Amino acid sequence: MSVNLTLLTVMGALYACGIYLILERSLTRVLLGLMMLTNATNLLILTTGGYAGLAPLFSKDTAPGEYNDPLPQALILTSIVISFAVTAFMLGIIYRTWVLAREDEIQDDAEDRRVAKTPSFDVEDDSVIPVETSEFPLTMIGSDGQSVSDAPDGADATVKVADRKLDAKKAASEEQPGSLNITPPNKEGGGQ
Amino acid sequence: MNIASFAPLAVLLPILGAALTFLLIRHSKAQRTVSIVVLSLTLLLECWLLASVWDGGTSAVNIGGWLPPWGIVMVVDQFSSLMLVVSSSVSLAVLIYATGQGMADGDQDAPVSIFHPTYLILVAGVSNAFLSGDLFNLYVGFEILLTASYVLMTLGGTGPRIRAGVTYVVVSVVSSVLFLIAIAMVYGATGTINMADLALKLAELDPGTRNLLHVMLLVAFGIKAAVFPLSFWLPDSYPTAPAPVTAVFAGLLTKVGVYAMVRTETLLFPGDTFNTPLMVAALLTMVVGILGALAQSDIKRLLSFTLVSHIGYMVFGLAMSSVAGLGAAVFYVAHHITIQTSLFLVTGLIERRGGSSSMDRVAGLAKLSPVLAVLFFVPAMNLAGIPPFSGFLGKLGLLQAGVQLGTPLAYALVIGGVLTSLLTLLAIARVWNRAFWRKPEDAEHPDPVLLADPAESATGDRAGKANVTLLPRTMVGSTLGLVIFGVGLTVFAGPLFRVADQSALVMLDRTSYIHAVLGDDAPVPALSQPGPGPDPAGDQPAGGQERK
Repeated sequence: MSVNLTLLTVMGALYACGIYLILERSLTRVLLGLMMLTNATNLLILTTGGYAGLAPLFSKDTAPGEYNDPLPQALILTSIVISFAVTAFMLGIIYRTWVLAREDEIQDDAEDRRVAKTPSFDVEDDSVIPVETSEFPLTMIGSDGQSVSDAPDGADATVKVADRKLDAKKAASEEQPGSLNITPPNKEGGGQ
Repeated sequence: MNIASFAPLAVLLPILGAALTFLLIRHSKAQRTVSIVVLSLTLLLECWLLASVWDGGTSAVNIGGWLPPWGIVMVVDQFSSLMLVVSSSVSLAVLIYATGQGMADGDQDAPVSIFHPTYLILVAGVSNAFLSGDLFNLYVGFEILLTASYVLMTLGGTGPRIRAGVTYVVVSVVSSVLFLIAIAMVYGATGTINMADLALKLAELDPGTRNLLHVMLLVAFGIKAAVFPLSFWLPDSYPTAPAPVTAVFAGLLTKVGVYAMVRTETLLFPGDTFNTPLMVAALLTMVVGILGALAQSDIKRLLSFTLVSHIGYMVFGLAMSSVAGLGAAVFYVAHHITIQTSLFLVTGLIERRGGSSSMDRVAGLAKLSPVLAVLFFVPAMNLAGIPPFSGFLGKLGLLQAGVQLGTPLAYALVIGGVLTSLLTLLAIARVWNRAFWRKPEDAEHPDPVLLADPAESATGDRAGKANVTLLPRTMVGSTLGLVIFGVGLTVFAGPLFRVADQSALVMLDRTSYIHAVLGDDAPVPALSQPGPGPDPAGDQPAGGQERK
């Protein structure tokens, strides 16, 4: 079986450029990369059909070996249609990104950044419990509805956050609105 | 009568329904009716398909009369029809939920008119992927469902959804390109893309080539199924979509990837060549996924991470390539589709009732809405694998199969599985404690909705009325239906497990599939052609029978 070297070289170049481009942060380049990848794949499918031959229209005089293999071409047609749809959709998304953010770059996931920045200290789970938790407390602090953090014992309770030492109250204020850890409530997520 | 002749209807009905709903785009009421009726019909058809192959048997149909190795075939067997029924039940519940939400919101929030056609096309793609007996048709099924999912993911075109959509689209397209390259390579190497024919012809290939093709297919499906090193896209993109969309994605899309992996491992490349890497991937998927879930404070993101984590169980069952392991994996897939979807639906309800899905904001829901608490509690415990539920039964089956296998790696996975189950319980218990049990005043930033209520409830009837508008009956009803369906999987676990084990036996044997597609005189290669081959299938069914 002979192969078409030009097709293979073009395919390789398309793959190389395509992979390079989809690793970019700019969305337009990512789109170009995807188009190159899909087109390179179409060439690959074409190549798997073997050497060039006659159009697969049946006639009694032609030996079976002389026909071209029609199946890969049918596959390519389908995959062209699919990549066309995806390209059109990507263009739509890119335009929408531009309208919303005035930027042709992929945006960071805000929630992911927030989780990454959250200290491993969790106010609710990890705070030092400032009051006696036995069944027979000496004073009934906390059971009368008063907040436990008002207890005199709790005032000097400290916690370690990353490399700093804070007292428990300040650690709690880390999560107040306005601090870095808080993102403004998103608009579309419920809240009716 | 060949029952598979009706299989194409499972794809055609939703597509025709999509066309019809698209025509009815200005009549939202008619649109809702059409899509629900069409999906119910599809479900009925698939139930009938499942009933007729319940006791075993495989049948195939050649689309357009083209003979098997060249034309497209659709194959109905126990595994594919079970997946069809579970996936359609889940999609129907989600559809009813979504229409409930649309009606409650007065169609202002999102272009719901586009939702119905797209959703039906998604269902058609899923059915096509499950039924396909041809690699390229499988690819087309994937593309149909993926393209529909791009639209659903970015519904409304808000900033966060577009951002998540970009990642999702690019990752999906890359995985599809990989799949297509693999198909081209397979065709180049064997000259066929019919899966039954491939089962015969791949065995004759040089081991190096065969392993290359095998790895390419596994990587392509691994991205879609979100197996560990390839799973980073999922928690990033799922949580931003509207609640019903996330629910159906979480239930179905990754499972289609798992389904394709199962077919690859059993039909195309039997043997245990890649069992060790698959097991390692399964272990890492379970552990890394659940550790990620523990770090989250948003319920949707937390559930997305548990989704990734529990894919590990299915890959574990698959990687054992024993009847017990594969059977348990099949059962686990059915269980997990239902449970994960119902949890996401409940999260949507939490978001409506509590104003947010962040655990810093939601609190005290057990008192405000006991129904919601029950709806969350049952599938949550099911997911964590608490004894009477199907999650426990599935995990038990997997762990038994692991112990049966008895290699050190299998034991490591058994331990990993137990650990993951415990950590899932921890993650779920955190949600329960924070969102349901603590008082709203104790939350870091309680949502105004939660704090406002005590005053309202003082006036008696007002609170009840507020509850109804916040939690529309259709949404609660469909969620309840799905939760009951999940409990039904527990109640009927005996027969289901029997079918799952049988389907595993049939899949590992391959004779039935190949004969159904290529005719009864097709030669079936011995199972142990390249390597030592899968576990002796002969003594394993006994293990499967004992369980019931």
